Amino acid sequence: MKVLMLGWEFPPAYSGGLGIACQGLAKGLTSLGVEVTIIIPTAPEEFENPYAKVIIADKYDNIKIARIPSLLTPYASFHSYKVRYERYMASKIRNNVVLYGKTLLEEVQLFKHRVLALYYNNLLPEFDVIHAHDWMTFPAAVALKNASKKPLIVHIHSTEHDRSGGLGYNPKVFELEKLGVEKSDKVIAVSNYTKSLIMKMYNIPSNKVCVVHNAFEMPYTDVKVEKHHKVVLFLGRLTLHKGPDYFIRAAKIVLQYVPDARFIVAGTGEMEPYLIELAASLGIAGKVLFTGFLKGADVARAYKMADVYVLPSVSEPFGITPLEALSLETPVIISKQSGVSEVLNHVIKVDFWDVEKLAQSIIAILKYKALHNTLKKHGCLEARSFNWVKPAEKLLHVYNQVLGGLNG
Amino acid sequence: MVNTVSFVFHAHQPYRLRHYRVFDIGNNHYYFDEEKNKNILHKVRDKCYLPTNQILLDLLKTVKDFKIAFSITGVLLEQFENYAPEVLESFKQLASTGKVEFLAETYYHSLASLYSFNEFQEQVELHKELIKELFHQKPKVFRNTELIYNNHIASQIASMGFKTIMIEGVDRFLGWRSPNYVYKAKNVDVKLLLKNYRLSDDIAFRFGQKSWVGYPLTADKYSDWISSSIGEHVILYMDYETFGEHQWADTGIFEFLKVLPFELKQRSINFATPSQIAKKQPVDELDINQTISWADTERDTSAWTGNDMQRQALQELYAMESAVKACNDETLLKHWRLLQLSDHFYYMCTKWFADGDVHKYFNPYNTPYEGFIAFMNALNDLALRVRKKLLEEIVKQQALNVSKLSKNSSIESFNMQSQTFQNFALQTSLITENPGSLAAEMLSLVKTFSSKRFSSNAKQD
Repeated sequence: MKVLMLGWEFPPAYSGGLGIACQGLAKGLTSLGVEVTIIIPTAPEEFENPYAKVIIADKYDNIKIARIPSLLTPYASFHSYKVRYERYMASKIRNNVVLYGKTLLEEVQLFKHRVLALYYNNLLPEFDVIHAHDWMTFPAAVALKNASKKPLIVHIHSTEHDRSGGLGYNPKVFELEKLGVEKSDKVIAVSNYTKSLIMKMYNIPSNKVCVVHNAFEMPYTDVKVEKHHKVVLFLGRLTLHKGPDYFIRAAKIVLQYVPDARFIVAGTGEMEPYLIELAASLGIAGKVLFTGFLKGADVARAYKMADVYVLPSVSEPFGITPLEALSLETPVIISKQSGVSEVLNHVIKVDFWDVEKLAQSIIAILKYKALHNTLKKHGCLEARSFNWVKPAEKLLHVYNQVLGGLNG
Repeated sequence: MVNTVSFVFHAHQPYRLRHYRVFDIGNNHYYFDEEKNKNILHKVRDKCYLPTNQILLDLLKTVKDFKIAFSITGVLLEQFENYAPEVLESFKQLASTGKVEFLAETYYHSLASLYSFNEFQEQVELHKELIKELFHQKPKVFRNTELIYNNHIASQIASMGFKTIMIEGVDRFLGWRSPNYVYKAKNVDVKLLLKNYRLSDDIAFRFGQKSWVGYPLTADKYSDWISSSIGEHVILYMDYETFGEHQWADTGIFEFLKVLPFELKQRSINFATPSQIAKKQPVDELDINQTISWADTERDTSAWTGNDMQRQALQELYAMESAVKACNDETLLKHWRLLQLSDHFYYMCTKWFADGDVHKYFNPYNTPYEGFIAFMNALNDLALRVRKKLLEEIVKQQALNVSKLSKNSSIESFNMQSQTFQNFALQTSLITENPGSLAAEMLSLVKTFSSKRFSSNAKQD
């Protein structure tokens, strides 16, 4: 079995969770004997990855690309691009490289032309199925499917609903996501939660969408921390869809019962100034600490320091961070509106809007030692049982399904 | 070959806690979900208690030597009185046939036998009184909550005057021996009646299970199994709610029950109540040096005491005993005892949680963690109330004593008295993380009071 993946980033050239998930899937597939090739739009330089052959599309710019002038206009208030643009700025500083073009939509179209050019110039290895990750790769994937007549699987790691926090979709992104979902032979969703969103948003039947939950690997397991207070942790981007404001509001209630607790907000994002003001206006600014963006071992230290990790996402397709926290023996509270809650038993689940329930769960974990211990013990065992082979097996099953469907 | 069968039906419904929140502590004391408890009781009344009682009444009237036994918890009988008196009436009707035996047990379906002999004894006594009052019988055979048993419990039961106890027929203690005989407890004159769990569970768990090799179970086939068993008797012990509630009417469970006594009679099988079976001589002694129960495949107590949450909850609950009892307050005692129901701890079980089986079916909470939180919040509120009450009591006492002191008694004698009370406070070793703080608090109250008293005395002088 040979699969051609279309991705947007891939380790070590990545900035977010998408690249890590793609690598994990590639690793699992490789262990099952599947040959994986992945095309990504760009990277600072050619690199090797043990789990997949990586083709960097813009390294082939000597190929003649018939560039059709883009009809898409730059979208000024384009939120998700803005986030990526900020990350790009960060990555530029880190890697001294430009990852993205002037607008994300232009980049998406450019990727399509490059992929097609690679195909027509016979620069792609043989492949049986096309597997495209998230909407940015969908135009390229659909074009490749039409050209090669190979079956297409689109993988939804997050929907426009999640990215917008449910507050109005970007029409262009919506259109491209829809295109991919409609023109594919099978859709993979990272959770049942995401599956039901896709079915609703794009009006497609249940049997076209297959759920493959993510797995994860925690690179840091042995970190030491020193602390003097009970610590409650939020770690994630400070955007509407992660629900950091619910975290601050819960902190207000918790502090009435556990006055010496500290609340750590780790991450950056557009809501940061608002959150700082919110904490101040609630009179708890002294007990809510903002750490900015954490990476590497600092992330592990933050988990380790926490008595409880909270992810109150308004809409979370999957959510790796609770698994990371659990694997470092930190009890977890997650919102029911997160995909990962479908695969975890030993956590406390609340509705994101139920601040009172969230607060009371935090209080209980801080107050009742046995609750903390039991969640920690069982949760850690549960999280550490995750591996990438299980999702890869499901993917392989889907590959065989679409191939069988086409041949028979 | 077996020639006698004993039917023992165990009926119980918990007093489920509501989602009592941390914010409720100190503000309200409504721990229990009255509405839900009532609704569930009514549902089970309609599906099980009334129809099954009617079938059994008919059988007792028509089948000459048919007999049965019930083990009904005090908390269920109480709920009948409050929410469904007609069910209580129908049980009384059954009792009036003279062919129904009632077993003794803990009133509150509690684990007291593992934590407090005093409380254990009091609850058994309470249950005995209730059975006497309602059914005019003095129970002779004891059955512990969840069939929990070990050698030590046998001695405790003997000291309460019982000579027979019904327990689970656990393979790892029986070895090659059959449960179908009477055994004797280790080192004490108590007879052991063993539940035959295979034949009991064929009805209780497997009756409606289409994947089971024995499906469909007919009274005919089942009676053959019993009559071809090795031993003297078979004790069938199961949840009464098996009939119509765990096994729904559409499985044919009621039809099965209706004809079973006739099929057994045809095979010359007799019926006996547990106390009649206990008249037989024991064939051997069972040395049960670990605690057993009827739960899960382990048949130990891990369903209630297996994880940290359960152990902390139980430990804190029973640590309150002397303080609660020192309060002399009926309501506080009642609430404390209602928190002892083994069900509360069963809901906190994490053993099978991920597999979603029988534990989940009975659990009113989504997760064991929510069960624990609600319980601990309620327990903390109760602790506050007990503490407050105790302080009031002690101050009242002190006031009484001080008022008895004559005008001329010295401040030394007063201080001595204070010391006595301080010691008492320490002995009650309260729920608080720091028992000494209660003593200090009391002392300061006493001092305030006495200074007023002495100053008013001084004025009079």
